Amino acid sequence: MRNDSRADDAGQTVDSLRTLFSSHGYTPYRMSKFEEYDLYSRNKDFLISDNVLTFTDTDGRLMALKPDVTLSIVKNTDDIPERTRKIYYDERVYRVARGMGGFREIRQAGLECIGNVDECCAAEVLYLAAASLSLCGKSFILDVSNLGILTAFTALITEDSALQEQLLQCAAQKNLHGIRSLCAAQGLAGKEEALVGLLEACGPIDEALPKVKTLCERFGALKKVEGLSRILTVFEDSPFKASVRLDFSAVSDTRYYNGLAFRGFVEGIPDSVLSGGQYDHLMRRMHKRSRAIGFAVYLDLLSRLYTMPDTPDVDVLLICDENTTPAEMRAAAEALRADGSSVLTAPGEAGVTAARTLYLINGEVRDKC
Amino acid sequence: MLNVALPKGRLGEKVYDLFERAGYPCPSIKENNRKLIFENEEAGVRYFWVKPSDVAIYVEEGAADIGVAGKDILLEYQPDLYELADLHIGKCRMTVAAQKGFRDDPRRTLRVATKFSRIARAFYASRGRDIDIIHLNGSIELAPILHLSDVIVDIVETGTTLKENNLEVVEEIFPISARLIANKSGYKFKSEQINRIAAALSAMTEEKV
Repeated sequence: MRNDSRADDAGQTVDSLRTLFSSHGYTPYRMSKFEEYDLYSRNKDFLISDNVLTFTDTDGRLMALKPDVTLSIVKNTDDIPERTRKIYYDERVYRVARGMGGFREIRQAGLECIGNVDECCAAEVLYLAAASLSLCGKSFILDVSNLGILTAFTALITEDSALQEQLLQCAAQKNLHGIRSLCAAQGLAGKEEALVGLLEACGPIDEALPKVKTLCERFGALKKVEGLSRILTVFEDSPFKASVRLDFSAVSDTRYYNGLAFRGFVEGIPDSVLSGGQYDHLMRRMHKRSRAIGFAVYLDLLSRLYTMPDTPDVDVLLICDENTTPAEMRAAAEALRADGSSVLTAPGEAGVTAARTLYLINGEVRDKC
Repeated sequence: MLNVALPKGRLGEKVYDLFERAGYPCPSIKENNRKLIFENEEAGVRYFWVKPSDVAIYVEEGAADIGVAGKDILLEYQPDLYELADLHIGKCRMTVAAQKGFRDDPRRTLRVATKFSRIARAFYASRGRDIDIIHLNGSIELAPILHLSDVIVDIVETGTTLKENNLEVVEEIFPISARLIANKSGYKFKSEQINRIAAALSAMTEEKV
């Protein structure tokens, strides 16, 4: 029996993710392909790419093909802060992929936990992020950061929000020399050491967390690190623990995100395949009182891992001579298909690779022409 | 094996010398041949030369785990990668230059010729100055001489070309030097080796500063 292994690999990952999310009580969420453009124009910085495919609907409204899923979910779910809503999605979005000139249809799966989000909910989302990565590739790393701690440490340096933003940009690039230069240029030399220490204290949980705790204790962010520490206990005795790293270079836009921020990497794929975090600030911007956390898996990137199968395209190429009648062609092909083989019939070469090439000559199947 | 993208040209040769002195030699790279990739299995490195402006692309796309690129390229293209060290070599400046005696008339839109459109736009936006960008790919200094533009935004190393063509630096935008960059995902899985190289290179280059 034949199969298309590339399609199956992608499909299998999605099926596995759905099974994983469902097993944790997350319910599927379906949405329209279109959304009013206004939603994206008001939150452009939240999008990976600010290019959006738009069209005018029959009623004159400017619409967009969804470039993002989270904004739609936030807009369309009820705002009930006392209730915990757990949903997952598998959707196509339309945006300009990094390094590409034009728009692409990108398959994205993920989950959102909205409403009453406590530490256990956040920890479960983080655990599911690690579990999702384990379904995407053999070897993975989940970087975990906390924006509350990171912003507290930048605030130790300066109250200037523009400078804080530049410092966060440097943090995202592990650009420690850049942080030192920025501080020196502003007459703040030496004030950056807490932030630099935080960025240097990255690594596996058991190695990095004590260092981060010491820094937070010293610089007044103890409560925040205690929260992070409790959340990370979700990985105790878990097979994923060795793949989780504390890394404060996992930075998200603080206008939308707060608290936990995380990125997932799979060996062999140059970009992060998973991105997530807590986005209470986005909820407030959209006048919602609920809290929210979630992540997205960029399934299009997984195609980098798929290799061209070395199996032939078809089992049998059946070349029919010019005297073959349609009835003979069908009968001969069906006889060959009886054992489950795929059979391609053609009057000559067909531009495919075949395990066997057979010839239908004067109504008789032969090995040679 | 660590894939390293080196910028072709004089800077690249200096960069390779740094790697060699840091304990990552690959003698075959100095042979006069047409090979594209040079490998030292024992040192765990594989070098290849690429156009300086392409280094960041090779690294961002994961074809190279690390590379060396100028800060000008990183600011212009803003690739998503780690910038692990300032190597303090290949030093020059991003500047605004114009014909000697040029005076900016704020009533007119300023015409700026450059191959660094994003940098030029950001610089003048921070000043609220209205500009027209004329994007060129080379011989930028010709633009003000032939009145294609009022000023240019370009890299200046010694200033000799400007001087010989009756041009001068009007303003410095930022200093430039070569940076060690790393692919974010590659770094996750080879962090020990990459950090070792970054530390060795930093130690050597910081001694000089």
